[in-house]
Amino acid sequence: MLKYQFDWSVVTSGKYFDWLLSGFYTTVQLSVVSIVLSFLLGLIIAMMRMSHVSPIRWFAHGYLEFFRNTPLLIQIFFWYFGSYKLLPKAFNDWLNQMNFEFAAAVIALTIYTSAFIAEDIRSGVRSIPKEQLEAARSSGFSYVRSMQYIILPQAVRLTIPPLINQFLNLTKNSSLAMTIGVMELTYQARQVESYTFKGFEAFTAATLVYVVMSVVITLLITYYDEKFLSPMKAR
Amino acid sequence: MQTGLDFTVIWTNITYFFIGRFPHGALGGIALTLYLAVVACILSFFGGLILGLLNISNNKLIRYATLAVLNFIRGMPLLMVIFWMYFLLPAIMGATVSESWTVIAALTIFTSAYMSQIVKAGVESIPRGQTEAGLSSGLKPWQVMIFIVLPQGLRNMIPSFVNQFVSLIKDTSLAFIVGVSELTHVATQINNRTMIYPTEIFAFIAVVYFIICYAFTSLSRWLERRLAWKK
Repeated sequence: MLKYQFDWSVVTSGKYFDWLLSGFYTTVQLSVVSIVLSFLLGLIIAMMRMSHVSPIRWFAHGYLEFFRNTPLLIQIFFWYFGSYKLLPKAFNDWLNQMNFEFAAAVIALTIYTSAFIAEDIRSGVRSIPKEQLEAARSSGFSYVRSMQYIILPQAVRLTIPPLINQFLNLTKNSSLAMTIGVMELTYQARQVESYTFKGFEAFTAATLVYVVMSVVITLLITYYDEKFLSPMKAR
Repeated sequence: MQTGLDFTVIWTNITYFFIGRFPHGALGGIALTLYLAVVACILSFFGGLILGLLNISNNKLIRYATLAVLNFIRGMPLLMVIFWMYFLLPAIMGATVSESWTVIAALTIFTSAYMSQIVKAGVESIPRGQTEAGLSSGLKPWQVMIFIVLPQGLRNMIPSFVNQFVSLIKDTSLAFIVGVSELTHVATQINNRTMIYPTEIFAFIAVVYFIICYAFTSLSRWLERRLAWKK
């Protein structure tokens, strides 16, 4: 251990730095696309979960339980290796023309995270007093419109810290995409390690990127909490 | 390439899915998944307890140092922790460490950081008056913690611990990456061998994981209702 020669230049410049940088870009790309999609899907599932039509509610409930209680890695493998038997041929061909590894990772991350997001949104909505919905309904808003204009704007505000937390989890979870060959940050760190045997440096660089992202976002949540939410709760 | 689903591949390999090559070889499959999760859960319970208590220490230095460590661990993806253990552990221990223990170490470190938050919340859920009463009856701070606060706090924490155990079961799937032959690894092996049944195999293990995890999630909900303090 003590004989180990540190060589930080491996990861601070040159080819391997470019690899790590491109890995970082891929991580960001993968995360941002999945964040947007999983928020939209999570919103839809949350609404379905609170629907008054029982079959829709049951479907959403099953969706939530199933995807929250299955490992993400298995979901990634399922979409990457196993989905071709279930999807229509035209859709398969379309997926194969694109970057299929990336698409499979996006699908898995989106579905997995949307289940968690839906639960967060639902608990946000439940914290809005029931009378607000009743008042909206009796003023003639439909269920969807009263959600859209009255309940959700307030609920989303309360849900922002847990949501951002989920996005942070998603970013960390996106590292699993390396198992199907998406060249994101962890994948590249491992590449650098196997090409240079400078594992310590490569993993330190990747770890720092993840930790810095996470610390910055955590600080933002704390700031938001103190600045906007505490006064809202105090009222 | 539309083909029908054929689940016979599951039945012909069913013992391999459940126990790997045991008793003629190493334990694997679902049994190993549960073994990893249980061992890591017990270890990270103590890890979480220690970190959680350090995190609410009265000593500012200890508190901030613990907070820094916790944020560092929680900022990392689990996969990264596993890679770190994979090549740091042998260097630290001066000997080769089996893949299972590499994964258990990584899971323990990772989960301890999350368990510590549960411990912290559990301890803080006990009214401050109890600590004050304990102190004024002449108990030392550590006695108050061990005999008064923790026994009540731990009871409040049980449902969250069970939830954390569910996360652990899901996280053991990452052990596949360093070649531990738990359920996910077994599934990829069978998939590589049979080639044409990925849908059936991965759907099957998804359901297996779901059944195990859902059972514990339900247990946690039941415990939450059962253990709620009667008002």
